[in-house]
Formats: sequence, C-alpha cells, structure tokens
Amino acid sequence: MRKNRWLRVFSLLLIVALPLLLAGCDSILMDPKGQVGAEEKRLILTAFGLMLIVVIPVIVMTIMFAWRYRSGNSEAGYSPDWAHSHVIEVIVWFIPCVIIVFLAILTWHTSHSLDPHKPLDVDSDAEVMEIGVVSLDWKWLFIYPEQGIATVNEVVFPADVPVHFRVTSGSVMNSFMIPRLGSQIYAMAGMDNDVHLIADEQGTYWGRSTNYSGAGFSEMIFEAQVTSQQGFDAWVEEVRNSPDTLAFPNGYQALAEPSIDHPVEYFSNVSPDLYDQIIQSFHDGSEMSGHGSHASGHGEHGGEKQAMPMSAEAAE
Amino acid sequence: MFGKLSLEAIPYHEPIIMSTVVVIVIAAAILLGGITYYRKWTYLWSEWITSIDHKKLGIMYFLVALVMLIRGFADAIMMRTQQAMAAGGAEGYLPPEHYDQIFTAHGVIMIFFVAMPMVIGLMNLVVPLQIGARDVAFPFMNNLSFWLFAAGVVLVNVSLFVGEFAKTGWLAYAPLSGIEYSPGVGVDYWIWALQISGIGTTLTGINFFVTILKMRTKGMTLFRMPIFTWTSLCTNALIIASFPILTATIALLTLDRYLGMHFFTNDFGGNQMMYVNLIWAWGHPEVYILILPAFGVFSEVISTFSRKRLFGYGTMVWATVAITFLSFVVWLHHFFTMGAGADVNAFFGIATMIIAIPTGVKIFNWLFTMYRGRIEFTAPVLWTLGFIITFTLGGMTGVMLAVPGANFVLHNSLFVIAHFHNVIIGGVVFGMMAGLVYWFPKAFGFTLDEKWGKRAFWCWLIGFFVAFTPLYILSFDGAMRRMQSYANAEWQPMMLVAWVGAFIIMLGIISTVVQFIVSIRDRKKNADVTGDPWDARTLEWSTSSPAPFYNFAHLPEVEAIDDYWETKRNNGGKVLRPTQVEYQDIHMPRNTVAGPVIGALSIVFGFALVWHIWWLAAVGAVGIFVAFMMRVFNDDIDYHVPAAEVERIEREHQQRLEMQA
Ligand code: HEM
Ligand SMILES: [Cu+2]
Repeated sequence: MRKNRWLRVFSLLLIVALPLLLAGCDSILMDPKGQVGAEEKRLILTAFGLMLIVVIPVIVMTIMFAWRYRSGNSEAGYSPDWAHSHVIEVIVWFIPCVIIVFLAILTWHTSHSLDPHKPLDVDSDAEVMEIGVVSLDWKWLFIYPEQGIATVNEVVFPADVPVHFRVTSGSVMNSFMIPRLGSQIYAMAGMDNDVHLIADEQGTYWGRSTNYSGAGFSEMIFEAQVTSQQGFDAWVEEVRNSPDTLAFPNGYQALAEPSIDHPVEYFSNVSPDLYDQIIQSFHDGSEMSGHGSHASGHGEHGGEKQAMPMSAEAAE
Repeated sequence: MFGKLSLEAIPYHEPIIMSTVVVIVIAAAILLGGITYYRKWTYLWSEWITSIDHKKLGIMYFLVALVMLIRGFADAIMMRTQQAMAAGGAEGYLPPEHYDQIFTAHGVIMIFFVAMPMVIGLMNLVVPLQIGARDVAFPFMNNLSFWLFAAGVVLVNVSLFVGEFAKTGWLAYAPLSGIEYSPGVGVDYWIWALQISGIGTTLTGINFFVTILKMRTKGMTLFRMPIFTWTSLCTNALIIASFPILTATIALLTLDRYLGMHFFTNDFGGNQMMYVNLIWAWGHPEVYILILPAFGVFSEVISTFSRKRLFGYGTMVWATVAITFLSFVVWLHHFFTMGAGADVNAFFGIATMIIAIPTGVKIFNWLFTMYRGRIEFTAPVLWTLGFIITFTLGGMTGVMLAVPGANFVLHNSLFVIAHFHNVIIGGVVFGMMAGLVYWFPKAFGFTLDEKWGKRAFWCWLIGFFVAFTPLYILSFDGAMRRMQSYANAEWQPMMLVAWVGAFIIMLGIISTVVQFIVSIRDRKKNADVTGDPWDARTLEWSTSSPAPFYNFAHLPEVEAIDDYWETKRNNGGKVLRPTQVEYQDIHMPRNTVAGPVIGALSIVFGFALVWHIWWLAAVGAVGIFVAFMMRVFNDDIDYHVPAAEVERIEREHQQRLEMQA
C-alpha cells in the first residue's frame, strides 16, 4: 500500500523530469559545431558518467538506510556502539580514490589537449586564420590583420579553417565565447590572450561575453557566421568596400565610448597593428578611453615594446 | 562639509526602493515604539546589547542572519521575477542600473550577512558548551566582533536608501570596481561594509581558535571533542589564515579608489589578475569556512537521532583536517579561463577533485552512522537526509566544473549559479536550519514545533530543485549568469519554472516564521525541563535549558567521546545529578559598553569614508580609539558569582526536574 504510493510519486517525478532532460539534449553544448566543442561535450558526459558511479549508490543508500533503520522498524538490527569497521573504512576511501584517479588522468590529459592556447590538431591543411578580438563597453571589435579589415559585433570565418582568436580588452574584463564552438577565454586589457577554435559546419552562431562587465553586459552579443571559403571572400570584399575606416587612436577612441546594443559596423582598411596598438596603449600610458582620460606619458612603462604575454606565470 | 553626500543621494524617483523604505521605517517605528512602550530599553541594553555571554551573542548573530535572509531572499525574488519577464528583447521591470545592484547585494548579503552569522552564531551558542567551558577565551572581543559585524550589516542596508550599492558582482572584480569604471559610492559601501565586518570575523576566528585549544574541560582531549567542535576549530583556523587576505585585498582596492594608486587598474602597471587571484585565495577557503560547521551539525544530528555513535570518528576528523589544508590550494579553479597554462590548470583541477575524496568519505560515514541505528525522523534529521542527497548532486556538478576542459564551456554560465546554490543551500542553509532546530531548546528552554519545521524542510527541498534544476538545463543552452535580460525567448519557460521554485522556497521561509510563532505560543507545552530533549550525546545537553549564564555549576569531566551519553547509559538512562554538593563562587566577565560603542562609531567611520566626509571619518576613528583605550584601562571587567546565587539557580532547576518527575 505504502510502497505503491511511493512508486507512484517516483514515476510521476520521472515523467516530470524526462522532458527536462530531453530539453538538455539538443541544447547548444550537447550539439556542438566544432572539434573543440565536441571534445568538451564528450568530456562533460564522461565526467558525469564516472561520478554517477558513486552518486547514484549514495542517493539510493541514503534512502534505503533511512527507511530500513527508521525507529519504528523492529525487524532491523540495532548496534548503538558499532562505530568502526576497517573493511568499510577502506572501501569508502578506496572507491572515491579510484574514481578521482580516473578523473585526474582525464583532467591531466584534457587540460593539455584542450588548452586554449594550443593550436588545433586538424586533418585539413588549411592555414590558420588569425582574428584579433577586442572587448569594449559593450561591444566586440574584430580585427582581421591579414585582410586589413575590422568589424563590430559580427565575425565571419570559413568552416573547417582553424581560427586563432587573439583576445584582449579595451575596457574591463570580459570573456569571449561562441558556445557552439567551445572554449571561452578572458579578455583583459593590456594582455594578449588567445583561444583556438574551429567550426565544422556552416551557419550563424551567436557569441557573447560571459563575464559580467557592467550595464550593457546582457546585450554584449555578436554574431559568428561560418561560411564557405567563397562566402568568406565575398564578405571580405564587402567589408573592404565600406566607406568607414578605423584609425588608432582617434577613431578607436570614439568607438570605445560606452554603447549598448551597438549595431554591426564594417571598417575597411585597418592597420594590421591595430590589435597590438590597443594592447600597447595600456603599457605606455597613452590610453584614453571613453571613461575619462588618464594622465598620459608614464615614463616607466613606456619602454616596453612587447605586450605582456598571458602566461601561467602571470596567473599564478 | 558633507563630502559627496547631498540630498540627491536619496533615490526619491525609485518607487520600489521608496516603498521599501516606507515599509522598513514603519516596521522600525513599531519595533522601537514597542520597546519603549513596554519599557524594555534597559533590559535590552543590559541583557543583550552589552552582553558578553556567548549564548546571547550567538542568538543575536542568528537573529540578524534570519532578518538578512529575508532581505537577501527579497533580492532573489526580484531577480527571478526580472528574468521571468525579460525574454526576447523585453526589458523587464528592472533596468541594468538596478538589477546589477540587486545581484551584487544578494550575493554579498547571503554570504557575509546570512551564511557567516549563522555559522558564527551557532559556534557561539554551542562550542563553549560542548567543550565544557564557561565562556570564550576573550569575552569582550566576542561582543566587539558581533558589533563590528552588525556595523557591516547597517552599512549595507543604508546603501539601499542613501546612494547606491556596488554594481560589480559580489566579489567586485577589478578593474570594473576601480574608480574609473565605478565612480559612484556603491563599491565604497561594499568596501567598508566588508572591511569592518571582516575584522569582526577575524577576531572571532582568533577567539574561537584559542577557546577550543585552551579552554576545554578536564579530560576533553582533542580526540574526544564533539565533531561540531572539530569542524569549528578547522573553520576558525581557516578564518585566521584567509580573512587577512581579504582585508589586504580590499585595502589595496581602497588605495586604488581613494588615493589613485594602480594595484589593479588597467594601466600604469596595475594587475587585475592579481586581484582575481587574491580574492579567490580568500574566497575558496571562505566556502569551506561555511560548509565545515554545517558538516559538524549533520554529524551531531545524525548520531543523536540514530541513537548510535558516529561511524568513523577518527576518519571524520582527519577528513575535516584534510579538507582544511586542501582548501588553500585550489583557488585557481574559479578562473581556469583566465588562460593559465595547461599544467597549472591541470594541477588546480586535480587538487580540487582530491577534496572530493575526504568529502565523499564523510558522506559514507554519515550513511554508516544510520546503518543499524534507530533513526527518528525529526526535522533536523530531514534536513540532514535532504542535505546528503542535495549536496552529493552539488558536489558532482562541482567536480565537473573542476575539470578545466569542461569548465571552459560551463564557466560563468548558470551552471555555476546552480552548482553553488546546490551546495550552499543544500549544505550550509540546510545545515544551519538543522542546527537551529536542534540547539534551539538549549538557547530558549523549549523545543520548536516539529510540524512546521518539517513543512519548512519540504518547501526548501522541493523549492530548491524547482528553482535551480532549470538553471542547469539553461546553462547547456548558453545562458550566462548576471544577465538582466536575454534575447533568446526559448529560455523563458525554464525561467518561469525557476520563478515558481523561488516561491516554493518562500513558503519554506514563511513556515519557519510560523514555526517560531507557534512554538513561542506553545512554549509551556514544549518546555525542555531536563535540558536534554533529544536524549543526546554531548556535554551541552548535560546542563539545563536554557543554559545558565555560567553554563556549568561544576565544570564537567570527560572520559570518552560522547561522554554524556556514556554516563547516562552507565546509570540506566538516568543522569546522576549531584544533590548534596558544595557550590563555589564562579568567576565571570562583566558586560561591556565598549563593544556596542565601537560598533556604532564604526558605522559613522565607514559611512563618512564612503561619502568622503573626512572630518566625520576622523571623529569616528578618534572615537573608536578612545573607546578602545577606555576599555583597555578599565580594570573592572570581571566579578564572582557568589556560591549562594549559583546554588539558588541550580536548586530552581532541580525543583523543576522533580516537579516534572
Ligand atoms: C533562497 C533562495 C535563493 C534564490 C532563489 C537565489 C537566487 C539567485 C539568483 C537568481 C542569482 C543570480 C543569478 C545570476 O547572476 O544570473 C543568485 C546569485 C547568487 N546567490 Fe543566490 N539565491 C538564493 C539563495 C542564496 C543563498 C542562501 C546564498 C548564499 C548563502 C546565495 C548566494 C548567491 C551568490 C554569492 C550569488 C552570486 C552573486 C553574483 O553574481 O555576484 N544565494 N542567487
Ligand atoms: Cu573554490
């Protein structure tokens, strides 16, 4: 009688939970469009599965022990002084240890294979494409040094071409992410961070800042269009035909003024050094962002030519 | 004259805030009027405000925490409502300006002014009793800690009506929190509220660390201490080691903001990564500061109500100690995506997972404590069972976040929000609620209503899953944290489910309030005459309820773990109460005026610095110094309770016992 009721409750819960679980299956992270994302999906599922090996027994045991040893149950034994058992203690240390050893190996391995700084292992011999990414308040500036163009809030690249995104910020800390493609990476002013991504399917995916950066953060979204090679070339042509250009520092500073929901912009003819100039501006004291200007000419840091590299040392 | 402060600082044009003000003013007027009408001011002053009694301070901590829980929860409901509305281009009812303050305030309040005072309050109430001491090592400092904490609470709440609160997220990452990007006073409120209350916390850490090490009663060796005391010891060690980092980090940010320095700015050599590292070097230990005492509560509850010794006491202790040390070498898992190299990420990822081992062992120990026990399903037990299940799930998602490769897509998403509420609500909140019900009779002399206690539990448990499971699901679709609005309208149904969940949690909070009301009404019926309503195991239950201000007329002697339980058993379930005994004078500390005075002056000091009213800040600082010096040179800080008085109090208790028998 009582058992039946519990069963009913349980199946009801299952019925409620199922659509929720299914809803997760065709979600962005579970349907990645690139090698990095695909590997990360596998990793998430593997880690999840490994942990279920302990999590499910723990939950079952909790309910079972609680029920069996309820005070009203005279059938169950009672050993008030039983508080130690070598066998059990060895087992309860051993099982988590084994699982963590597996997870640790997996972690070590994938931390290296998925290291965002590491160029991708891809079969195709397509050349790596470089795109500079600058987070501004509250929009994204994309700089194509090879093509000499730049855009705002729209990034286009061909499918199956590994892309090396160099990521920095002209403002506060943000994080650059295109969920369908995988890894994100922080964008920090004066620092040259990077992430390697690739798309294996054409389409339009959205990307955004994931790291809260102030009032316009929610709308800090951009479109990532993955095209064919021809489509990409045509698009570059289109940008090159734009009447607007972006010069440093003046044009850049006007763009860097805070704005929310900024429209897509195309800039033809941009200096290939623009990305480095923006980083450098935080090291030589000449940066004058839209947030009120700093006193310029800070001698001590003026000499550094190299932007501070993002490295393990820096983050430790 | 008034620095940056002018009448414009008061947000007249914000109807939500202004109506809150009105409600609070009315409530305060009723409260103060009531105190005046019933002539309770002297009572309050001499029995509570200036009290150095650890039990009363514990009660005050917990009370403030419950009030602030309501404030923090109101913020949560507002956020959930906003996100239920602001889909697909809709703006909702809270502009970013407002929304961003709310999630910051919610996080700050819940961590610093709800979870922390609950943990510290419970430690205050329980630890000295558990180790058979009459008070803490530094009773005045204990009172001072409380009032510094209270000053922080006041400053956070003042920010609601005068000026603004930070719009930076609860950890105020630089450079966003720097003067360039946050020129308003919000971050300054954050700075001074945390700085002042943080100093109080550090003092508490020192106080209890010393108390536990030096004031244990005869025979109470370290390995006979109750587990709650053990976890408190570790928590206080963590406080001592980590809170100075917070203080220093905030001090550096203060220098940046007030004196134009460049520790964490974008340019002139500032290093924002340093800020993130420092704040998490405190922040990760902080989460263990919160969870360890909760683990302690569950250990006490589960063995008491299983009527059985705690399984694997030794392992439990070593697991706790292991967690304490490990919690200092994992902080980087909060920012794998900063771009440290693969080796660094892997190291911190694996270190984090290693913490899962002792934690897992603890969970098994609780399970095997139930095994072959006789479990009574009281409210504290329900909280414990709910904890084991909820926390296990939260721990699992935590380990997923600790895998750098997985973290690269889960970081900053609602997955993180769901994960830490999973462990904070399922762990800390459930633990503190269990502790509240469990030790309430020791504080007040009557037990809490079980029916409403259980209702509270079920609402929290179900509400939690309804409110946060959708966030896990949404995170797989790329939903990020701290979003005031979102373009993807498909997320709205899940947001609505989460919204319903928050209301179920609200029913849980209401149940607790009703539980208090009902229990106070029935206090005669539920009186705890014996001092041991649960037939429990540790020393705090050997004295009367509420415990007399001197805790024990005779300091107990201990010969085993769970000594009180053993004593009872050896005497056939009865407590041998000495009838013909000599009472002795008891040496006790006197109340203190300096604590509340320094607390009040700290409010003045902090408020003045927020608004750059330099002269007032000077007045506050000098006042604090003078008050402190007066206390230092005051020799009249202790007294003796005459033996006759002790005898009278103990006799009364004896008589009540006999009447009941
Ligand atoms: C009682 C039910 C609760 C609800 C419904 C709730 C809801 C929320 C929501 C909606 C957010 C913002 C998520 C986002 O940024 O998108 C949030 C953030 C947060 N919550 Fe809660 N919360 C609750 C309880 C707690 C408790 C008990 C604690 C800690 C003791 C806590 C600590 C935090 C923290 C630290 C943040 C992060 C704030 C930030 O982003 O800076 N919450 N919560
Ligand atoms: Cu952590």
